Amino acid sequence: MELFIQQVISGLATGSIYASLAVALVLIYRSTDIVNFAQGEMAMFSAYVAWALIGAGVPFWPALLITLVGSFIGGLLVERVVIRPVEGRPELTIVIVTIGLFIFFNALAGWLWTYQVRGFPSPFPQRTLELGPVRAGLPALGIVAVVGIVVGLLFLLFQRTKLGLTMRAAAENPESSRLVGIRVGWMLALGWGLAATVGAVSGVLVAPILFLSPNMMGAVLIFAFAAATLGGFDSPVGAVVGGLIVGVSENLAGTYVDVIGADLKIVIPMAIIVGVLLVKPAGLFGSPAVERV
Amino acid sequence: MTTGERDLLLEVRGLHATYGQGAVLHGIDFDVPTGGVVTILGSNGAGKTTTLRALSGEVSTRGSILLEGENLAGRSTEAIVRRGVAHVPQGRGTFVNFTVEENLRLGAHLRKDRDGVRADMDRMYEHFPVLGERREQQAGSLSGGEQQMLAVARALMLRPRLLLLDEPSLGLAPMVTRELFAIIGGINREENTTIVVVEQNARLALDLADMAYVLEAGRIVMAGTPEDVRDDEAMASAYLGYAV
Repeated sequence: MELFIQQVISGLATGSIYASLAVALVLIYRSTDIVNFAQGEMAMFSAYVAWALIGAGVPFWPALLITLVGSFIGGLLVERVVIRPVEGRPELTIVIVTIGLFIFFNALAGWLWTYQVRGFPSPFPQRTLELGPVRAGLPALGIVAVVGIVVGLLFLLFQRTKLGLTMRAAAENPESSRLVGIRVGWMLALGWGLAATVGAVSGVLVAPILFLSPNMMGAVLIFAFAAATLGGFDSPVGAVVGGLIVGVSENLAGTYVDVIGADLKIVIPMAIIVGVLLVKPAGLFGSPAVERV
Repeated sequence: MTTGERDLLLEVRGLHATYGQGAVLHGIDFDVPTGGVVTILGSNGAGKTTTLRALSGEVSTRGSILLEGENLAGRSTEAIVRRGVAHVPQGRGTFVNFTVEENLRLGAHLRKDRDGVRADMDRMYEHFPVLGERREQQAGSLSGGEQQMLAVARALMLRPRLLLLDEPSLGLAPMVTRELFAIIGGINREENTTIVVVEQNARLALDLADMAYVLEAGRIVMAGTPEDVRDDEAMASAYLGYAV
């Protein structure tokens, strides 16, 4: 039983990381109807920026803050410079552009910092908390807390501020948004900036676990895809719930199903993606696509 | 084509509009007096909706669109809205997943005067009491008539100089349409809002308007007072369904 609870807690921690990257995917999907395949690589690049800052002597938390601001500006620029010219083109065109961005960020990180795998400092003390028979690592709890704060701030932004209302409106109905004077193009760019910021959080949180390398986010992105598919690609709440479910089920399957062990864990998100698409394509919280005539 | 001694809010001259390859408007001229109601009549495909979309900068145009002397042609939709042109598109254009109250707040997006916005929202609930009863409801859950009222209220939240209404009667029951037109007429009188309304329901539109234009295949074929249109035999039989 203790083993089960511990595996659930550590699953919630990795699930939180998937959730944050999935939220980033959802933020962009909701406003532009495209899946940003470069989301993971942008997060990896952000993690490298944080690592370089820490290496230059900046303490962890200020380095994280600078990284988040830089990621926001970077995401905004990517939308303005790379995505804007193909706005309104067929979805496949834009998807190909995001795959191009994937390769670009991967290669740029390799060129700047080489492909050598590097350690990344964890901001959380390596201690365990004992709650009765259950032991929980502080890093795991810290990850859950950080992602919880990020998601909470996003919720406040979207539900309680005028800017959030405007961004939601621009995503839902661009035509009517223009007719009330909303600069829809800028709202989309802000969405990319926010997504890059949330993605950066996932990159920085996962780097101490997986170690920093340009290919670090490959598998994480697939788990995030599974989370977003399970939750519904247009639902931020769904992305969070989906991320936690994927993280926990990955961990439990790895622990209790001998065949899967540690090596075949990647099968879990694939099975979730295929299963959801077969049974409930809109996901748990997503809205089914309805065409108005 | 006289508009008396009233000032003109809008002067449209030689307006051409194209959708993709096809030209829809072939150089139309019309005037909108300040504080007046102008209706544009015509059958399906005559170019009524395109005329309004041209005024809002949603289609590519040639010619001039002068709003109090300033040319709007070629400007972006957002820039035209900033100059006080509110547009209620055909099929309502409300934000269906947002509450009534949020729709009104979005309508006031460009305004900075919080107290004024608050007061205007209450005023909208007076004009449209049914919206006041449903302020926390999602727009998508309202009836067709209520959604149309919300769309008009949303547009008025801008405090527009010019309100463009595209087929407000579309899909509404006759009684609901009459109620809506009565409210629109009241808003025009009480708040002196200038209105351009495009309608298939010519009879109601002519009751509301003080100036009418008839559009056929992208050209204006008649301009005059509502009485002129009613008295014209060809127009009456084509758009009002009876012979004089």
